[in-house]
Order: sequence, then structure tokens, then C-alpha cells
Amino acid sequence: MIFKICRKEELPKLFDSLSANHIVGPVRKGTDKEGKPIIAFDIANDFNELELAYPSTKFSPKKFFLPYRETLSSFDMEESDWQEHIDFNIYKPHVFFGMHACDINALNKLDKVLLESVYPSPYYGSKRSNMCIIGMDCEPQPFCFCRSMGTDTALHGFDMFLTALGERYFVEILSATAFNWLKNLNTRDPTEDDHIEYMAAVAKRNEKFTARVDTTDLTKILDMEFQADVWKKWGEKCLSCGACANVCPTCYCYGVEEHVDLDLQGASKIKHLHSCNLIDFAEVAGGHNFRPQSHVRLKYRYYHKHRGFVEAFEESLCVGCGRCGEACLADINVPEVIASVRGEGG
Amino acid sequence: MSEDLVYLGVPLKRPKVAFFELTSCEGCQLQIVNNEATLLDFLSLVEVVNFREAMSERSDDYDIAFVEGSVTRADEVKRLQTIRKNAKMVIALGSCACFGGVNQLRNRFQDQAWVKREVYGDFPIDTEDEVRPLSAVVDIDLEIYGCPIRKEEVEKIVTNLILGKAIDHPKYPVCMECKANENICLFDLGEPCLGPVTRGGCDAWCPNSRMGCWGCRGPAEVANVAQIRKIMRQYGFSEEILLDRLECFGGFTAHIKEFRHC
Repeated sequence: MIFKICRKEELPKLFDSLSANHIVGPVRKGTDKEGKPIIAFDIANDFNELELAYPSTKFSPKKFFLPYRETLSSFDMEESDWQEHIDFNIYKPHVFFGMHACDINALNKLDKVLLESVYPSPYYGSKRSNMCIIGMDCEPQPFCFCRSMGTDTALHGFDMFLTALGERYFVEILSATAFNWLKNLNTRDPTEDDHIEYMAAVAKRNEKFTARVDTTDLTKILDMEFQADVWKKWGEKCLSCGACANVCPTCYCYGVEEHVDLDLQGASKIKHLHSCNLIDFAEVAGGHNFRPQSHVRLKYRYYHKHRGFVEAFEESLCVGCGRCGEACLADINVPEVIASVRGEGG
Repeated sequence: MSEDLVYLGVPLKRPKVAFFELTSCEGCQLQIVNNEATLLDFLSLVEVVNFREAMSERSDDYDIAFVEGSVTRADEVKRLQTIRKNAKMVIALGSCACFGGVNQLRNRFQDQAWVKREVYGDFPIDTEDEVRPLSAVVDIDLEIYGCPIRKEEVEKIVTNLILGKAIDHPKYPVCMECKANENICLFDLGEPCLGPVTRGGCDAWCPNSRMGCWGCRGPAEVANVAQIRKIMRQYGFSEEILLDRLECFGGFTAHIKEFRHC
């Protein structure tokens, strides 16, 4: 890794030099009832639209690489035959400007399933390979438990990572692409003092985490507590609405629907992201439902994130961004659910 | 008017369809003729033999009857029974037909004589004591939810009927589609919303415009009304605000009874 130091006012130059691509970053979408800004990932046309000091976003950036709805293929019908058209739905490279460590780590985890598995997804892969990432340090929020999940720092999966040190950035360069960007920026090599200041900033940030999840022996504990009554308590609250899965940066489950055009001349296969909390999720042809109870569906969501994935890939599928808990109107959140399963707290 | 349909070389029957309205605003039927962009394709798919809002001709020879509106008068009961007899398939079109709709708000009044006096004054109309959905009078084959219905949904359902495919309504709540549209949660904006308990399929039509859901499509398959009650309270909305919404279209009648008992 190469380290550099650049002044904050250099950043618009970097933005402009990359503007032939789609630049996706944290932009302001509105104001909540308490007057706090609501930030979401979207295409930014101007550097000044970016809210780089954003606390967190309600939604993950996944719509740009795992769209909620995506046409997988379309068909032109002929007399008694058809022509299939496949489009991976990416027309321009995307530069993610200001992604936090949790979301970078989420992409690294998705890669394991969607790129490195037996059946890689070309839809995800094509978007992933047309993507650059400029990471950005963050201020831990009360709901952030990424430190418990080991995802509070990104070690790979980005091109450049910026950590604010007063009026300058500590710049980590991880790819040849990002190294080439340096041509457009005034940077200097870091001094020993810069290193010390960077380490101090990281240490200070680490003190700010308040939410925690104890992952010690969690896969075993989840197996032992498979029949625990505590799941029912959470199931009673659960709205089975899928909000948690939609805001999650790593929930990738989906359904595919066939759509026939009204003129019967064309058809398409449309993928839409699903959620294992929905009653529709475990229903099979003929109408049988394998998981009719809310608490069972909720339990399996936790099992996938914190047990199944760990057994398959030796890491959790959860990055501790806390968005699911923030989005849940019923106040179901990972730290409390895991603590209760471990027999701690409420 | 009745050339055959073909899909992938397989001939398909072009059904004769009829549209009827009982007590309603006819807004759902208006939705059908509203979207000119797809109207011709829709009319090629079916043979419309009865549609008061769109044509003069009338025929009682139809396969599918779309019936909008709720049942509020004795003559409507007879009319609906005749439609049932004539049609192979009766589809309840819109919230009034499915749940009673806005009309059933009248049912909440104990003194129906007073309601009639207030509404009709010197021009009384012989209405029944209770506003009822179609299913309370005849067997219904399919319900299409919404106030109004979404034309895209009707088109999809009709296409699938002609192709012989299963008709699957979403069972999940509005939140699922609202989140997929990345809307800001109405509760974060300080607005009440029934999205967490109302059946999806509308693509979060109202929340997309930053308007809270009023539950026009009726309850989701899992409608955790006890929890939405807690949530509304937690966000500072009174029980009346919740009840106004739950009662508005009649889909939650069963839940409200339970609600009032606890």
C-alpha cells in the first residue's frame, strides 16, 4: 500500500478528473422530522453535492450493483420461436466517492457469494468490474457495531481510502487505477508525524463505538439456542415487511418473475430482491409454506448472517452497519437480538 | 373483433369481458381507459362486450366480469347475482368491491336512519343497512385491490389469465416496495403510515409521493396490527388517527374488531 497526504481542497480536482464516469456518493435527500439531513447514495454531478462527512445512510449503496429490480433477459417472440436479449445493465463505470468501511467490506463479502462461487453472477460481476471505490473514514454512530464484526476498517476492496486529519487527508492507495489518479492531485509523502497523527485519529475513533455484539462462539450458541423462546419474542414484534433486508448491504436473496408483454410480442425475466422475513419467501409451488411463522423467518435471517455464512466462509455476512435496526419500526436490532439469544440483557 | 391470439405458436382464447359498477365512483374503470399508451394492446387482448363508461353496445354474453363497487341496495344484489350467473369468472375490481371501500365507512354509524337523512335529505334512497363487499353476496374468483386499482396490475393479471398462468398477489406489506424505491420512511418525516401492515403490489404509490399509506389494498398476509398500534403510539399518533386509516377502506374490519376488544 502507498500512503500520501493531500490537502482537502484537492478533492474537487479528483472529482472533476473522474467525472467522465458516473460518480456515486452521499447526497442529501431531505430532512427528517427532527431537522436532521437524510443522506443517500446517488449520482452526484458536482463535488459540492457530496456530503462527505455524512454520519450514515438509511440505505446501503447496493442498488448500484444489486438493483432491487433488474431485467435479466428479454425475449422477442416470433411465430414459434424467440430471440433472447441479455443485458448486464451497466453502461458506464461507477466511481463510489466516499464509501465507509462497512459498505466496502459488504462488497468483499458479496464477492464471495456472487463472484467466487460455483455459479458467479455476470450481472453483479459486470457492475463490480466497472467500479472504483474511494473510501472515507467515518464517525461511529450509536447503532454502529462494525467493530464487533471486524469490518470497521477496510483492508482491501477499494482503490483509495481517505482519512481526515484536520485540513488534510491521509490517503491510502491500493490500486494502479488510484495511483494514476495522483497525477491530478497535489500530494506529498507522509512524514513520521503524519503517521502518528493518523494512528491517533484511528485510536480516537475506536473509542467512540458504543454498540457491541459478542460474537464469541456465536455459531455454536445459535445452534444451541435454535429452539429458544426468545425468538418468539422478536417474532411477535416483527412486521414481516422486509425493510431490514432492503437496507442491508449484504442481503442478496432474490426472486425471478416472468413478465409477458401486453401485446404478447415480447417477454422478460425480472429479478427482484427478496427478504427471508416475507411470508412469500418460503412459499413453494402448490402453496405450501416452509416457514409460516414470523419468528422462524426472523430466526433464519440471523442464522444466515451469523451462522451459515460463517461456516461457509469463516466470516459473518453482517458488517455491523446497523441499518436494519435503524430501519425497523419495531425496534428489532442485531445487538439486542444476539444479546438476548446469548441470554444477556432483555 | 375476435381474431385469435397466439403466443409462441400456441393459439389462445380471447376472452369476452364486461365491466360493471355497483356503488362506487367508477374511478377503477376510469383507470382502465385512462392509459392511452397501452389501451389498444389491452383491447386487442380481450373483447369488451359491456363497458358503460367506454362504449354504447351491451351484451350479456361474457366470460369475465369485472365488477367495481360495493353492494348497498337490494337491486344491486339482484344485478350481481345475474352477473355471477352469466360470467365464468367474476373479478372484484378495487377496494369497494373487495372490502366495501370508502362506502363502508357508513357502517360505523349506529343510527343509519340519521345517516340517510343527512346524506339524501328529501330524496331518500332505499339502501340496505350495511355496505357489503361482493364476496358477501356471491362467490368471487379473484380480487384486484386498490383505490383505485393500478392499470399495470390489471393488465398483468389479464395477460396471465389468458396465458393460463397462476395469479399471485404479493403477500408482503407495502414497506417492501417502498424500501425498494428507497423512499424516506414516512415515520421519519413525522407522518403516520399503514405501509407496514397493508398488502403490497401498488409499488408504494402513495409513499412515493410522501403520503402515508391508508391501507386501501387491505391487510398483508401477515398484518401485525398489534405492533403498528405500538409504533403509532411511539411516534406520537393517537389511536383515532390509526383507526381512521384502518377503517377507511374496510380491509381491516376483522382486525378492528379484535382491536376494539383489547
